Amino acid sequence: MAIEHEDVRRAAHLAMLGLDEREAERYVSDLSRILEMVDRLQEVDTEGVTPLSHPLDTTQPLRADEAIEPNRRDALQACAPAVEDGLYLVPRVVE
Amino acid sequence: MHDKTLAELARGLAGGQWTSRDITTALLERIERLDPTLNSFITVTGEQALHDAGEADEARARGQAGMLTGIPLAYKDIFCTEGVRTSCGSRMLDNFVAPYNATVVDKLRLAGTVSLGKTNMDEFAMGSSNENSYYGPVRNPWDQSLVPGGSSGGSAAAVAAGLVPAALGTDTGGSIRQPAAFCGITGLKPTYGRVSRYGMVAYASSLDQGGPLARTAEDCAWLLNVMAGHDARDSTSVSRSVPDYTSELDKPLDGLRIGLPREYFGEGLDGGVDSAIRDAIRVYESLGASVIDVSLPHTELAIPTYYVIAPAEASSNLSRYDGVRFGHRCDNPDTLEDLYKRSRAEGFGEEVKRRILIGTHTLSEGFFDAYYRKAQQVRRLIRQDFLDAFRQVDVLMGPAAPTPAFPLGETADPLQMYLQDIYTIAINLAGIPGISVPAGFVGQRPVGLQILAPHFAESHLLNVAHAFQQATDWHQRRPDIDGSEPA
Amino acid sequence: MQWEAVIGLEVHVQLATQSKIFSGASTAFGAEPNSQACAVDLGMPGVLPVLNENAVAMAVRFGLAINAEIPEYSVFERKNYFYPDLPKGYQTSQMAQPIIGRGEVEITHGEGDARLVRIHHAHLEEDAGKSLHEDYHGMTGIDLNRAGTPLLEIVSEPDMRSAAEASAYLKALHAIVTYLGISDGNMAEGSMRCDVNVSLRPAGSEQLGTRAEIKNVNSFRFVEQAIAFEIERQSEILEDGGRIVQETRLFDPDHGETRSMRLKEEANDYRYFPCPDLLPLMLDSAYIDHQRTLLPELPSEKRHRFTSELGLSAYDAGVLIATRPLAEYFEQVHAICGNAKLAANWVQSELMGRLNHDSLTVEESPVSATQLGELLVRLEDSTINGKGAKQVFADLWERRGESADELIEAHGLRQVTDSGAIETMIDEVIANSPVQVTQYREAPEDKRGKMIGYFVGQVMKLSKGTANPQQVNTMLREKLDALL
Repeated sequence: MAIEHEDVRRAAHLAMLGLDEREAERYVSDLSRILEMVDRLQEVDTEGVTPLSHPLDTTQPLRADEAIEPNRRDALQACAPAVEDGLYLVPRVVE
Repeated sequence: MHDKTLAELARGLAGGQWTSRDITTALLERIERLDPTLNSFITVTGEQALHDAGEADEARARGQAGMLTGIPLAYKDIFCTEGVRTSCGSRMLDNFVAPYNATVVDKLRLAGTVSLGKTNMDEFAMGSSNENSYYGPVRNPWDQSLVPGGSSGGSAAAVAAGLVPAALGTDTGGSIRQPAAFCGITGLKPTYGRVSRYGMVAYASSLDQGGPLARTAEDCAWLLNVMAGHDARDSTSVSRSVPDYTSELDKPLDGLRIGLPREYFGEGLDGGVDSAIRDAIRVYESLGASVIDVSLPHTELAIPTYYVIAPAEASSNLSRYDGVRFGHRCDNPDTLEDLYKRSRAEGFGEEVKRRILIGTHTLSEGFFDAYYRKAQQVRRLIRQDFLDAFRQVDVLMGPAAPTPAFPLGETADPLQMYLQDIYTIAINLAGIPGISVPAGFVGQRPVGLQILAPHFAESHLLNVAHAFQQATDWHQRRPDIDGSEPA
Repeated sequence: MQWEAVIGLEVHVQLATQSKIFSGASTAFGAEPNSQACAVDLGMPGVLPVLNENAVAMAVRFGLAINAEIPEYSVFERKNYFYPDLPKGYQTSQMAQPIIGRGEVEITHGEGDARLVRIHHAHLEEDAGKSLHEDYHGMTGIDLNRAGTPLLEIVSEPDMRSAAEASAYLKALHAIVTYLGISDGNMAEGSMRCDVNVSLRPAGSEQLGTRAEIKNVNSFRFVEQAIAFEIERQSEILEDGGRIVQETRLFDPDHGETRSMRLKEEANDYRYFPCPDLLPLMLDSAYIDHQRTLLPELPSEKRHRFTSELGLSAYDAGVLIATRPLAEYFEQVHAICGNAKLAANWVQSELMGRLNHDSLTVEESPVSATQLGELLVRLEDSTINGKGAKQVFADLWERRGESADELIEAHGLRQVTDSGAIETMIDEVIANSPVQVTQYREAPEDKRGKMIGYFVGQVMKLSKGTANPQQVNTMLREKLDALL
C-alpha cells in the first residue's frame, strides 16, 4: 500500500508531531519504502490464525484494592515545565 | 582490575584482596581517561558511586555482604534512577530526573551493587548502531571508527573497554545481543516477562526485556539471579519461581541437540561471520553435542512483522511526551496544539519520529486490519516456528548479526539498518531467551554466537554458553584501548 | 407527520473502589490538586498499569445483575488521542472484547408495565483528569487527581422512545449500581455521567434516523429536558424538510437547551489496539459463581416481591425500591409492624414527605425504621388511633422522645377501648345534643349516615382524641337507632 504526502501529514497531526515540508517529503519516501517491505506480510495466508498480542499466553494478575500510594506531588512535579498551585499549566484550552 | 570478570571481582572482595572503593576508584579513573573518546556514558555518578562503595565495604566489614555487594555496574539510560537524570538518549528527557527507581535498579541496589552511571544508547532504544543518540555516537573499543551496535551500545562498549564489569541493557529486537556481539562480550536477553519492566522506559511493550551485558555467561547468571522475578508493579512479569541460574552452569553437554536454522545461514551473511559460527559449532560437537538442521520458515517475515508491531506500540507509548508534566517543552507555546507539535518536533530525533509516523499510520482507520492485525497473526506463526523447532532440539544456534561491526556513519539508510536485526528480531516476537557470546573475529572485529532456548530455559541457555567459554578464550580477549587513547 | 424518538444512553459510572483502576492512588473526591495522582496516573516514563481486582469484581457483579453474558476472555485496549487531561496520550479502555456482553435492564415508569431495555455491552476504562479554566496568566490548569478512577461505561441499545423512558432507564441503572454498592451514584459529583443519543423517524418506520449525541447530561431532570428539547428541535428541522446533522451537542442546563459543539473533532481516529502492558483478562466460571453469591436482592426482584408477596401496588413498589436504603427501611418497618400496606403508606407519606421537606436522605432520617415500626405496631393493635400516631411521629422526628410507647404514655394518647367508658361519653353527648338528636330522628334513612359524624366528633372531643373512632361509630349508631 503506497503512502501519500497527505497520509504522512495526517499521521503527523494525529501524533502531534510538527513537520516542515522538507521533512514531510523525506518521510513520505522513507515510509513508502518501509511499508513496501512490510507489504510482504500480505502474501502470507493467515486464515484462521488468532492474532498474538503477547508472547506469553497467560492471564493478567490483579492488584488488591488498596490506596497505598503516598502524596508525592512535589517530587513528581520537580521536573514539570510549568506548575502553579499544584496544577500543570498548558496554553488555554477552549471548551 | 579493569579486565576482571564480575565473578573474579566478587571473589577478590570476599577474599579481602581489594575493596569496593578500590575497584570503584580505579574504574572511575578509567572512565575519566577513556570515555571522552568512547562516549559510552551519558551520566557518570562518581561521587555517589564512591559513597555507595564505602557503604558496601562497611557492610562487608559487618559481615553483611552478598555475592554482588560492592560490585560496580552501569545502567543503560533507559532505566529510571531516582535523583539521577534518565534521558533515554533523547533531548526530550534531557532534563528528566526520575523520581523513582526501576524495579531492577532497586533490586540490584538492595543486592549491594554500586552504580557508576548511565550509559549511552540509541534514542528511546530505536537503532542498531548507537548513532541515534542525542548525546552523540558511541565508539567501538575494538576500533574507534566502528559502531558498537545498538541500541544498548553504551553498555556494550563500556563493558568491552573495561570501564565497568557489567551493565544493564534492554532488548526489543536485538538491542542487547547485537551490541554484545559487536563489542566481543556476553549479552543475555531473558524470556519476556522474566525481568520486570517497571521503570524501564517503554519502546515496544510486548517486546522489551531488560538483561545483563557482561564478560561471561557466569556473570550474566549472577546478575539474572537478582534481576529476575515477578514484580507486583508489572503485570506482564510472570510469577513463576526464580531458580539459581549459576547452579547448572557446569553441567556437561553430553547429548545436547543443537538446531541450526538454515534461514540463519543464507544470503546476506558475512563470510567471516559464517565461518566463525561454524567453528564455534564444531567446538560444541567436540563437547558431545549433536547438530541438526532445522527450519524456521517464517524468518524472513520477522522484520516486516516487527516494523508493524514495534512502531505501533511505540507511537502510543511515546504520546506521553507532550511537554505538560515532564520532559522538553518548547518556548512560548501559543496554543495547545503548538505546545504539542513543537515540543515533540524539537524533543524527538529523526528515527523516533519515523517510527512514530509508521506506527500512527498503520494503526489508523482503514489500515489496522491489513497491518497490525495481520502482523499479530504472523507473529503467532513466527512463535510457532520456534515451538516446533524446540520439539526437535534443545537449543538453536546461529550468528547474532549478519556482519561484524560496521563503520560509523556508513549506514544512512534506515531500511538497511533494520536488516541488522534479521537474526535477533524474531526472538523478541516469540518471547524466548537468547544470548550472544564471543566466538571469534573477522579481522579485528568480534563475532557473536547467538544461542536460543525455549521460554524460561535461561538456566540451560547459560549452561550451554558457559560450557563454550570453558572451552574457548574468545571472551577473554580485550581490545587494546589503553594504547590508543588520545594524549 | 408523526415522529417517533429513538433514544440510547451511554452511562459512565465511577466505581466505588478505594484505589484507582491501574494504580494504588486514592480515589477520594475533593483532595488538593494532583495530590492523588501518582507516577502511574501521571503517565511518567517507564511506569506500568496493574489492574484493580475490585474494579473487575464490581463490573462482573453489574453484569450478573443485568443477566448479561460475561465472556471468559476480555481485552484492554488503548484509545489514542491528545488532550491535557489525558496524561498518557491514550485512555486505557475496552473496545472489541469488553468485560460485560449483552444484558437487559427492567424499567417502569408511571403506572405502565415493566419493560426491558437491552444493554449492548459494558466495559471498564479509566477516567480522565480535569481542566480548570480559571485564569492562570492566560493558561489552563490541569488537575489529574481523577485520572485513573475506574469507570464502567454502560451502553444501551436504542430502545427508549421518550424522555420519560430514558429517565426511567437512568433511574433503574442508578438503583442497580447503588444496590450493588459499586458506585455512590452521586450525579452532582460526577459519579454517574450520561451521554444521550437521540434520533427521530416516522412513526412505524424501522429505519434509524440520523442521530445527535448530547454529552454530559448529569441529572435525571436534565436527561428529560435535553431529550425533550432535542426531539422538538429535530422534528422542527424535519418538518421543514431539513436534514439532521450527525454531531455532538452539549446540554446547557441554564437555558434547558442543547447546543452544537463546534466541529473540533476534525479527524477523530482513536487507533484502538490491544494494550501491550496488560495481558488478557480471563474470568472462569468459579470466579463468576463466587461473585454471584455476593449479589444482594436487586431492585427488580424486590419490586416483584413487593407486589406479588406483600400485595403492594406497582406504583408503591416502584417508589419504595428507588434506593436500597429506602427499600431496606421499608422492609424493616414492615418486619416489625407486620402490615405491608400500612408500612408502605407511612413510609411514603409521613416519612418521605418530611425527608423531602427537610432535604434529608433516608439514612439521615431522625426517625429510625425501628421507631416507626414500633409506632405502627401500636396503631395496628389499636393502642392509639391514626391522629395520635401522627402526633407521636412528629415528636419522634423532633427527637422529643426515644420510642413510640414512651411518647404515647407521656401524652396520654392510649386509646380508650373500654366500651363502658365510651358508652358513658356517648350518653353524655346525646343528653347534651337534643336538637341534633331530633334532627337525626326526623331525617330520611339515607341522610342519617352523614349526620352521625357530628356525634362522633363530639365524643372524640370529649375523649380528648383517645376514644377508638370505629368503636365510637358503631356504638353511636346502635344508641341513636334505638331512639328511632
